[in-house]
Amino acid sequence: MADTTITKTEVRHIAHLARLKLSDEEVARFSAQLSDILGYMATLNEVDTTDVPPTAHTLPVRNVFRTDEVTAGLTLDAALANAPQREGSFFGVPKVLDQGSGA
Amino acid sequence: MTMPTLHEVRDAIRAKKTPSSQWVARTIRAIETLEPQVGALLQWDADRALQQARAVDERLARGQAVGELAGVPLLIKDNFCTTWGATTCASKILANFHAPYDAHVVEKLAAADAVIVGKTNLDEFAMGSSTENSAFHLTRNPWDLNRVPGGSSGGSAVGVACGMVPAALGSDTGGSIRQPASFCSVTGLKPTYGRVSRYGLIAYGSSLDQIGPLTRDARDAALLLKIIAGHDPRDSTCVDTPVPDYTAGLDAPIGTLKVGVAAEYFGQGLDGQVRSAVEEAIDVYRKAGATIVPIQLPHMRYAIASYYIIVTAEASSNLARFDGVHYGYRTARPADYIDVYCASRQEGFGPEVRRRIMLGTYALSSGYYDAYYLKALKVRTLIRGDFERAFEEVDVIACPVSPVPAIAIGERIDDPLAMYLLDVYTASANLTGVPAISVPCGLTAEGLPVGLQLMAPPFAEEKLLRAAHAYQQRTDWHTRRPAVAFDEAA
Repeated sequence: MADTTITKTEVRHIAHLARLKLSDEEVARFSAQLSDILGYMATLNEVDTTDVPPTAHTLPVRNVFRTDEVTAGLTLDAALANAPQREGSFFGVPKVLDQGSGA
Repeated sequence: MTMPTLHEVRDAIRAKKTPSSQWVARTIRAIETLEPQVGALLQWDADRALQQARAVDERLARGQAVGELAGVPLLIKDNFCTTWGATTCASKILANFHAPYDAHVVEKLAAADAVIVGKTNLDEFAMGSSTENSAFHLTRNPWDLNRVPGGSSGGSAVGVACGMVPAALGSDTGGSIRQPASFCSVTGLKPTYGRVSRYGLIAYGSSLDQIGPLTRDARDAALLLKIIAGHDPRDSTCVDTPVPDYTAGLDAPIGTLKVGVAAEYFGQGLDGQVRSAVEEAIDVYRKAGATIVPIQLPHMRYAIASYYIIVTAEASSNLARFDGVHYGYRTARPADYIDVYCASRQEGFGPEVRRRIMLGTYALSSGYYDAYYLKALKVRTLIRGDFERAFEEVDVIACPVSPVPAIAIGERIDDPLAMYLLDVYTASANLTGVPAISVPCGLTAEGLPVGLQLMAPPFAEEKLLRAAHAYQQRTDWHTRRPAVAFDEAA
């Protein structure tokens, strides 16, 4: 975390990972704001965390199982009720194949 | 007559002194009168509420059994899924989303025959400390209409503060129940992580989120917690341990209560009037016979940095589901498949949401994961260790809720970091999972409420509520009402 400046190039890369379409003005603004915020986060470097295990979860977590029996789920209509575009029993989306932009 | 407590309303309905339909009609009048000034709600359904109220009154008239909260009007935050109305999270991306299931707590309230009258305003996706990030409208503080009610459960806090309802539910991820409770002079409780099911609470930070009550006092908070707490197999992080009757034993004497006070909460940045009010509150405990014990929480100064890395990382993952494909807003003319995601999210999410998604994505990205996210999780372990050691010596920890009283509308909206720093005293309870409550403890010279925060060990809500109740038996801050409130002749 030596240099906490986020460049506009990095902002664009992160935006792409997050599937956000930022305007040029926003890229500039976020670059400044995120650099500012990350600068504050750099205080964590003061803490010696050698041999300290991470805590992702405050409760001890273990897999929760249930009996393998069929229970009611969402009906097709309920699942599609909020679809922006419904095509029969499917969610309608623009064509996926032959897309140049990929991942 | 101002709105009484949850217990008083509940008892009056049960005893058939004042029917539910009268209370609900009053709530609707209060909403219609006050909404133009405070804007606490995103939606309400008067007809549905009155219908439910009449049904409760009829069952009572016939001598039939009714639930524990029968006929009591309540409000809930609009990030709780309901099969009626919309569930918007105060976001354009969910403006017309109709949830296909009710949240667990909504089912619990329905089983108790409570009447949920409407859904309250919040910061978009619970991301904020002022409710200014709502995509729809501002909510104003009834103590000073030019000030924020706090956030993200600002609408719920206002609904109780100005007497629309005796109680409401909110959610707390970094302080979002406690801080608006302190800004609006109501009691707000964040239960232990895992005490209340998060099923149907639209996730923000899954290891931090918890649903809790906003009420007039600790006794009401205890009742509402009793109703909503408990195991739910649909939330795998929800504990399967018995729910005590939190209302029993509240009046137990203070005995040898040990109250921990950490200097870390009283350092630079704490407003002088907040400091005085909280110190006076601690003095109430001292005079009541409690022992005040100095404790140390050396890693507290890293809580905000640790919290904001963890919560934004979790949020970036949780909000990935809003992609314009299955539900919610989709952009009108996507250029291609990827554009469905990018444009829908850009147009549907507000700036603060997008900022936090960016921060979280960065913290988790290749090359930065260890330096940010993993580091923050390790610091979280150290903060947790501080609290565990402290609770070996004390029963509860007392401190301020917020470093300042309610800020002015617009004051910090252009300075995200300054806004994040409002959570400096509240985020630790979410990082560690401990239960925490905010109770009114004073008013500044400008007439703005100040809150006292108490924290207890995990699953020690009984001890926490008893301590809060003991304070409220000796003081009357929690009975004060703002100038903007619904008050009609009985």
